[in-house]
Amino acid sequence: MTQTNLQKDLKIVGTRPLRPDGADKVTGRALFGADKSLPNMLVGRVLRSPHAHAKIISIDTKAAEALPGVKAVITSKDFQDLPSEFVPAGEMMVNFKDMTRNIMAREKVLYEGHTVAAVAAINDAIAEEAMALIKVEYELLPHVMDVEEAEKPNAPLLHDDMITIGVEPAPKKPSNVAKRVEFGFGDLDKGFKEADLIIEKKFSTQPVHQGYIEPHACLASVSEDGQGELWVTTQGPFVVRNFCSKILGMSTSQIRVTASEIGGGFGGKTVIYLEPLALALSRKACRPVKMVMSRQEVLMASGPTSGAKIWVKIGVKKDGRITAGDAVLKFQAGAFQGSPIGPGAMCAFAPYEMTNVRVVGYDIVVNRPKVAAYRAPGGPISEYAVESVMDEIAQKLNLDPLELRLKNAAKEGTQAPYGPKLGPIGMIETLEAAKAHPHYSAPLGPNQGRGVASGFWFNIGGETCTSININEDGTVGLTLGTPDIGGSRASMAMMAAEELGVPMSTIRPIIGDTSSLGFNFLTGGSRVTFSSGMAVVESVREIIVELRKRAAQLWDVSIEKVEWVSGHARLVGSENPKSLSLRELAEAAGKTGGPIVGGASINATGAGPSLATHIVDVEVDPETGRTTVLRYTAIQDAGKAIHPSYVEGQMQGGAVQGIGWALNEEYVYDDNGKLLNPGFLDYRVPVCSDVPMIDTVIVEVPNPKHPYGVRGVGETPIVPPLAAVSNAVSRATNIRFNELPLSPPRVLAAIESR
Amino acid sequence: MEYFAPTQASEATALLKKEGAYVLAGGTDLLVKLKSRMLKPNVVIDLKALPKIKAIEKTTSGWWIGAATPCAEITEHEELTKEWPGVCEALGLIGSTQIQGRASLGGNLCNASPAADSVPAVIAANTICVIATENGEREDLVENIVLSPGVTSLKPGEFILGFKLPRSQGRSGDSYLRLIPRTEMDIAVVGVGVSLSLDKAGNLETIRVCLGAVAPRQVLLPDLQKTCIGKQPSEELVQTLVELARKACSPINDKRGTVDYRTTVAGVLTKRAFKIALERAQAK
Amino acid sequence: MSKKHISTVINGDAMEFLASPEQSLLDILRDELELTGSKEGCGTGDCGACSIMLDGRLVCSCLVLGVEADGKNIDTIEGMGNGSDMHPLQKKFLEHAALQCGICTPGILIAAKALLEKKPDPTEEEVRYWLAGNLCRCTGYDKIVRAVLDTAADMRAA
Repeated sequence: MTQTNLQKDLKIVGTRPLRPDGADKVTGRALFGADKSLPNMLVGRVLRSPHAHAKIISIDTKAAEALPGVKAVITSKDFQDLPSEFVPAGEMMVNFKDMTRNIMAREKVLYEGHTVAAVAAINDAIAEEAMALIKVEYELLPHVMDVEEAEKPNAPLLHDDMITIGVEPAPKKPSNVAKRVEFGFGDLDKGFKEADLIIEKKFSTQPVHQGYIEPHACLASVSEDGQGELWVTTQGPFVVRNFCSKILGMSTSQIRVTASEIGGGFGGKTVIYLEPLALALSRKACRPVKMVMSRQEVLMASGPTSGAKIWVKIGVKKDGRITAGDAVLKFQAGAFQGSPIGPGAMCAFAPYEMTNVRVVGYDIVVNRPKVAAYRAPGGPISEYAVESVMDEIAQKLNLDPLELRLKNAAKEGTQAPYGPKLGPIGMIETLEAAKAHPHYSAPLGPNQGRGVASGFWFNIGGETCTSININEDGTVGLTLGTPDIGGSRASMAMMAAEELGVPMSTIRPIIGDTSSLGFNFLTGGSRVTFSSGMAVVESVREIIVELRKRAAQLWDVSIEKVEWVSGHARLVGSENPKSLSLRELAEAAGKTGGPIVGGASINATGAGPSLATHIVDVEVDPETGRTTVLRYTAIQDAGKAIHPSYVEGQMQGGAVQGIGWALNEEYVYDDNGKLLNPGFLDYRVPVCSDVPMIDTVIVEVPNPKHPYGVRGVGETPIVPPLAAVSNAVSRATNIRFNELPLSPPRVLAAIESR
Repeated sequence: MEYFAPTQASEATALLKKEGAYVLAGGTDLLVKLKSRMLKPNVVIDLKALPKIKAIEKTTSGWWIGAATPCAEITEHEELTKEWPGVCEALGLIGSTQIQGRASLGGNLCNASPAADSVPAVIAANTICVIATENGEREDLVENIVLSPGVTSLKPGEFILGFKLPRSQGRSGDSYLRLIPRTEMDIAVVGVGVSLSLDKAGNLETIRVCLGAVAPRQVLLPDLQKTCIGKQPSEELVQTLVELARKACSPINDKRGTVDYRTTVAGVLTKRAFKIALERAQAK
Repeated sequence: MSKKHISTVINGDAMEFLASPEQSLLDILRDELELTGSKEGCGTGDCGACSIMLDGRLVCSCLVLGVEADGKNIDTIEGMGNGSDMHPLQKKFLEHAALQCGICTPGILIAAKALLEKKPDPTEEEVRYWLAGNLCRCTGYDKIVRAVLDTAADMRAA
């Protein structure tokens, strides 16, 4: 799929039509995870561990089961133990042995909030009463919350069979270090010797939650014959089906998953929590079971991203050229292995052309909820550290920070630190656009500072199926397998309409359930516009061949004589060109061979990285340490913006999540490993008055591997803001910061000790 | 749980003597506690049908603010906000627009959080509470109500009917400032309410400074008589106030702020709130 | 735990329901009346996804008891438009792409409508502070604020 439309005169792609699901979304009609009910439905609730680390000695559910109104109680006894097996979930890997234990604790509880049992009852009050009747006997164990503490030889051990992968020879004793990764090439010693200036710094970040406003929710219904239906808010209905069928010992075809509308995911809904519980309860009770997490449960027990310790060392010549880059990353995995240490390590230096580079990463378990993907998983963390050091270098060498980056910018042909040579990318273009932007030269007042940072994310492709039907009147049905998290139905319909040459309003895109399409990998990895888009284009190109065939049949000519132009089949080269509209061909479908349908099944490859550069101005109150964000500009390479408004939306949303990560978001635990801020009051995401307008500039360096040049854009926007904001605060206060979040007490303490 | 909406104060006080009985005004604190199972009431007594409990009235001697009056109505009241801008701004800071539609001064006070936004300002303003008792009514100074986090001086069966705010006299001004990490939606890390008046020469005639979120209850700065009264509001006086404020703090480390931070910022906000109240007084 | 019989007017229609005292108005709207347009994002009044109008006042329905609604007028997202003629705010939100996942949208629309009814000419800052109780995690608020300001301008001109 390399035939691109880069030069064509595009009629729909690149414009800003209304989204097809818009009316439902602005009227409250659209149905999200908790909005569906079924007759005879039960309410499911989860009993969670109050302890950060403990052995489960016994669980007695007899009293709960006997309570009138309780129809099913489940514990680990109701789930088989699965052997270790890694599978992808978004851009991260998950392990079935761990997954079984995360959705329902077996031998131990490993974090406060860890599921210990679940009940289904006729109403919520009885379910809660039942939970109080479940007697769990725990043997408390010491817990560990910090990666550097967890690495120590006498640290409490979470898994007694955890032998670090990636270390040769393999360690003899288990530890909390699940994995070591290493990327890089060149000669570090030589590189650092050549440097005129070396800066070495240690950074620390806290875990942050994806913060989707819609809590996890699902409605499961398993019948007496073992057929299961699952309505669920998820980024990946096919992935949910696979995970659940494995965990429940059901076959894939026995579970049909329908994705509801999704109220935010950002990677956090690429894994399962309630789904296998709801299915298991439903299977036991033979009634539908609805389960919804409270906000407290979401924060206590669904994966945030890692907190981390990062050490970065960069050597440069005095003209700013990087001679060597070295980094060590230690990421919290939470209770089970699988932090985004791989992608984090791969991206750390990826915006730059490196000659000598090494990144070593460690995946370390701690007694916190298991980490899940969060928008460019790992990237914001490692790149925050590198971009902060780059800013310090710019300050010390008195170089413009954008110029410093331009001197070192990765471009087409650069070998990425993780190995392959990069195709065309827009790093230089975003930097030039930043330099030229009026924001960059706007004056600053007292206590104000300007920070810049760049960001890299590779984006993924993956398995994707779509199907397309020409309706009897020539309108078009388009079935996608990737949930619409941010307006992708619009982009898909636009690409289909562009290819077919028909108005977008004649195309109705829907998200199909898992029984209606072949396997689709999840919505994530910035892959939908790229992969589903590619599949849509392929489906349409294929159906155009079929339409030409049908016209050829009607005209009794060979197919080579028929071309497709502006939604019509046209006889090539005659003086009186005959044409048949899509409608006419559809009406004749029965005569020419039957319904006109098509589809595509691909494993999309060739996803192009998206680069960004952000500029932010802040003002820091020197007496209180409080930071105000004054102005923000996000510049990103989209390859080709199918629907510019939704590309801008990704840039703005990611930027504001990054601002929250930089300034205020963090988990606060007490000494017993209990979460003190499991709510939106004290887990502080940005509110409307916290941020200014987020100005955007879309740069387009087409990705030659996509028919329209698309690059995924969803994730990159969250990468630059951490360092951009931190650099701005540093410039405003003349203090280098190396810790996030930059909450007022931290900033004031640094100002006072200056 | 049973729900009642009495129309007479005597009905309400009788119900309130039952075990596990709680009053309901705006519900923005009670329902949160209900949800989290922090409270398991047997009886909820909705006060909002009681006479004058949601009223704002002006008389020559003062203002009446019904205890269950939503903050939104208070901040929309043109005359009250002109006379007591600090009190009204403070009330207007509680939560979001949605919370403002329900939250009340009575609720904010009786929830007895040391960080309550309305309390430092109403204490500084010399507010009096009118309390319904089983025998009728009694009055008390608003600074006597909060004893410690979650605990008030109200006796079983008692609840607040409303507040009496004096008419602001002469060259007076009040203000309230708080420090929160975001711009909205946070519980105050530090809050300072200042109310003062000037004599004809521009010296301080009266001054009350009250700190919130820096101790188990709100702290009214003592001994301002000798340091402030009759004096010019100079930079030295401001600095004295800052030091007095810092000395009066006994905050804790918690998820919202540290001891050092709260103490430092208490001084900063005292200075800034004083200056605003002063400007307002000087403009008269 | 006996239920109380409650009479209200919801979106202009007389409606009755049974409420047990523990149920919030949000629970009633969603579970008893099947008006699922108002959402539960937090249950503690911090996210605004459950925003409704109660007797003309913008409130979080998760912090109102169902029994408190007796005799009251309630406006939810389901009543915002006029048949197939959507409210100008709804149309502008679509035009401006002021929503991505859409979960916060009903609450924000109700809140924005309340703002424009009270203040037809708000500044950007006033819009932002008014909407501070409505969390959005997808959009970064930019297009939301632009849509509200644009609607205000249009409505003033009309």
